[in-house]
Amino acid sequence: MRIRTAGVVTVLGLALAASGCGGDNSNDEPATKATSPAAGGKLVIWADDKRTAALKPFAEKFGQDNGVTVEVQAVSKDLQTNFVTASQQGSGPDVVVGAHDWIGNLVQNGAIDPVQLAAAQRSSFNETAIKAVTFNGQLYGVPYATENIALIRNTALAPEAPKTIEDLVATGKKLKADKKASEILCLQSGQNGDAYHVYPLYTSAGGYLFGTTANGDYDPKDLGVGKPESIEAFKKIGKLGEKGDGALKRSITGENSIATFTGKKCAFLVSGPWAIADAKKADISYDISPVPGFAGGKQAQPFVGVQAFYVAAKGKNKALAQEFVTNYVTTPELAVALYQAEPRPPALTAAFDQVKGTDPDLAKFSEAGRNGQVLPAIPAMAAIWDPFGKAEAAVIGGADPAKTVTAAGKTISGQIK
Amino acid sequence: MRTPSGPGSAQQAPGRGPVRSGPPETTRTARQHAPITATGLIVKVILLGLVAGIAIWAAFPLIAAKLWVGLAVLVVTTVGLGYLYLTRRHIPAKYLVPGTIFLIAFQVFPVLYTASTAFTNFGDGHRGAKDDAIVAIGSSSVKQVPGSAEYTLAIATTGDPATGPLVFLVTDPSTGTVSAGDSDGLRPLDAADVTVTPAGKVTAAQGYTVLNFGQASVRSQEITDLVVPTPGGALRSNGLSRAYEGKAIRAYDRSCDCITDSETGRTWTADGTVGAFVAADGERLAQGWQVGVGLKNFARVLTDPNISGPFFGTLLWNFAFAIGSTGFTFGLGMAIALALHSPRMRGTNLYRVFLILPYAMPSFAMLLVWRDMFNTDFGLINNLFGLGVDWFGEAWSARVAVLLVQLWLGYPYMFLVATGALQAIPRELTEATSVDGASPWQSFRAVTLPLLLVALSPLLIASFAFNFNNINAIWFTTEGGPFAPDNPTNGATDLLITYTYRLAFGAQGAEFGLAAAVSIFIFAIVATVSAISFRRTRQQEEVYS
Repeated sequence: MRIRTAGVVTVLGLALAASGCGGDNSNDEPATKATSPAAGGKLVIWADDKRTAALKPFAEKFGQDNGVTVEVQAVSKDLQTNFVTASQQGSGPDVVVGAHDWIGNLVQNGAIDPVQLAAAQRSSFNETAIKAVTFNGQLYGVPYATENIALIRNTALAPEAPKTIEDLVATGKKLKADKKASEILCLQSGQNGDAYHVYPLYTSAGGYLFGTTANGDYDPKDLGVGKPESIEAFKKIGKLGEKGDGALKRSITGENSIATFTGKKCAFLVSGPWAIADAKKADISYDISPVPGFAGGKQAQPFVGVQAFYVAAKGKNKALAQEFVTNYVTTPELAVALYQAEPRPPALTAAFDQVKGTDPDLAKFSEAGRNGQVLPAIPAMAAIWDPFGKAEAAVIGGADPAKTVTAAGKTISGQIK
Repeated sequence: MRTPSGPGSAQQAPGRGPVRSGPPETTRTARQHAPITATGLIVKVILLGLVAGIAIWAAFPLIAAKLWVGLAVLVVTTVGLGYLYLTRRHIPAKYLVPGTIFLIAFQVFPVLYTASTAFTNFGDGHRGAKDDAIVAIGSSSVKQVPGSAEYTLAIATTGDPATGPLVFLVTDPSTGTVSAGDSDGLRPLDAADVTVTPAGKVTAAQGYTVLNFGQASVRSQEITDLVVPTPGGALRSNGLSRAYEGKAIRAYDRSCDCITDSETGRTWTADGTVGAFVAADGERLAQGWQVGVGLKNFARVLTDPNISGPFFGTLLWNFAFAIGSTGFTFGLGMAIALALHSPRMRGTNLYRVFLILPYAMPSFAMLLVWRDMFNTDFGLINNLFGLGVDWFGEAWSARVAVLLVQLWLGYPYMFLVATGALQAIPRELTEATSVDGASPWQSFRAVTLPLLLVALSPLLIASFAFNFNNINAIWFTTEGGPFAPDNPTNGATDLLITYTYRLAFGAQGAEFGLAAAVSIFIFAIVATVSAISFRRTRQQEEVYS
């Protein structure tokens, strides 16, 4: 009895195990077949949800045209971190789509390789976009869209584009006094600040983040936060804050700024192309102009960000990935399709010209970003966001700018290696 | 909950004695008492088959990665499991082993892994091995040779498309000449032997089989590795249809264990203590590798004024938060449970459903909703009560706010467990106290609460340990704020975990080594507190049971 039970269990167990093996074998079969001319190699692309949807038809077409399999996988959260971790383990994709300020971190982790574009291809892109994906003198990605913030105003409340921040505050205050709006300006800050959205004001008031080296790269050793210029800049920002004009408020957050604008509670919104869909839905008559600077100050420069395709350094099919990124992403058709998935100005000049006619907002955003600064891609930039934002929030709340900015500068420099 | 009439733990131990002293009898009786049923046999077969299947599935990647130690552990575990459940001996082990395996896999291993990470510099820029860093430095320094031509490329072979040696057929765009290149170098081909498209791509060549994209893409790795030496550098493929003459500016030199830049002549020497190539002036190359750093991470936690300075203040609030979250939710939950436990209460089921609602909602979403409700100008709370409180802007109001949110999120759980525990307390006990003339409060203090605590103490300790590290409760509401203007690293509602998360991941890239060292400190604190509380609970149990 005892032996028989053990025997039955073993035999059945082995049978199950063998079926497990069988599963593995059946999985392997297509892979071995892949060496036959009919099926080619496989290209794996990682992108976020929205872009995945736009990329899929093009990726499939590329696959069919060339006899290869292309898989576009959506990574909805923490794409950059997941990509670095996966590529370290050898399970990463061949191509990844993401913002250009990832480059510094991706390079220090050896996760992406430089791409080689022919001179003619290079010149078909917007110059700023090419500059953004250049890091340490090497081109690391192929850009497809640029993005920057601008001043979006409700033309029913404020027909004229303000020339200076002071103009804007005066108009806003008047609207508030007339009970036509409850806020002067919707510029998101939140309790912990928002360095990205306040940056135009910071530059207009004379502040800078990093100096530049001789070859035009950002220099992490020359940190502008904590310098006298930055203190002066924050003093001006503080005057717009809660204890001053009340134009900048910590209660306006990333979650409510666009909704407050579309709810007609403020006439001015500082935001990007992503806010336009909501404004259209709310049926607001709006116009887009560059973020104004302080009267007598420097020009207000927003950050210019670029979305790009990267070739993974540890991808299994690098040759195919390079082929896709350098010869296929550089075609206007794909750029236009990606624009239709999410309306950000295409980086490819030909594609930009193609969609410009149907979308007047595009040119206006592009104009607003013309004098923008490329968002630094150096790893040191990661140390800026948090302390800079908090300094902004504290100053808006009425804290002493000199003390706050000096502390922020100290924290940032302590975190830069 | 154990009924109070059960034997005390002191009596249980000798009771087990005889069982252990006579294993032959027990196994025999077990055999007689547990006949093999068809269901039992099938379950056994399926479970063991699953174990074997999983083991085989896991074995292939281990073999592929040449992880022999892992494979040995896998084989020993699988064989051991098979033996254990096929033999009729070792009855206690049959019950203990599954739990033990899960304990090792999900508790012991992660703790040990964290501990081992704490002794390294693992983090962004220091993730892989030194060889990976060298490869990354080399390949990221490949530049097109200035003034060199861009070639049109076709991949070809002299043999079978799938296995034959690869050859690059490149067309110089300016001259139109076609050359064949392999690792020996370039040699021009006779124009009569090749067919070239107007764009310059070779479609056929005498003596070569030109691969199409599909065929070529299968051999991607070989194509990327094929470098055709040229006088100026080397011809490399760029995708499958173009080639360029490139040169790696930076190369590793084994003799000096350093990286040399051929353009500037600068050298960076490997420094094994920091895991990076460092130049004479201290400049580091970004691509580093993982090395052991000994106790450096621990020392940094203790000595870095940025970390150790606010440590005790944060620790104090961390305790207040964990105790407050647990205490207030328990207080409210228990009070409601007591109210609904009263026999005079009507419609208790309806109340219970409403009370459990917060527990049924996803806490992630609720935390974000609460954060918006505390907004100074647009938040529901200020608007509803006509207040102008800057909730998350002042230290104490922010602390009150997060505790309120915790209370709302946590009391239904405490209400549920207290309801269950109350129902297990015999009504005779409270009735007896009232017969003895005790007021309801006295009877609650002397009878109900102690008995409740005996049952709920382990849950309260677990709740404390959970809230001690409750990163979501803080990160989704205040993010640790408000922050003093002169200190952006440490906020008034920061827990140790949010504070160190910011330190380890907020700076220039993630620092897993440092994060692991801090988690070990936190682990030590929570373990100490839990051990002390469990000891006290046991004493309490002995008194009341």
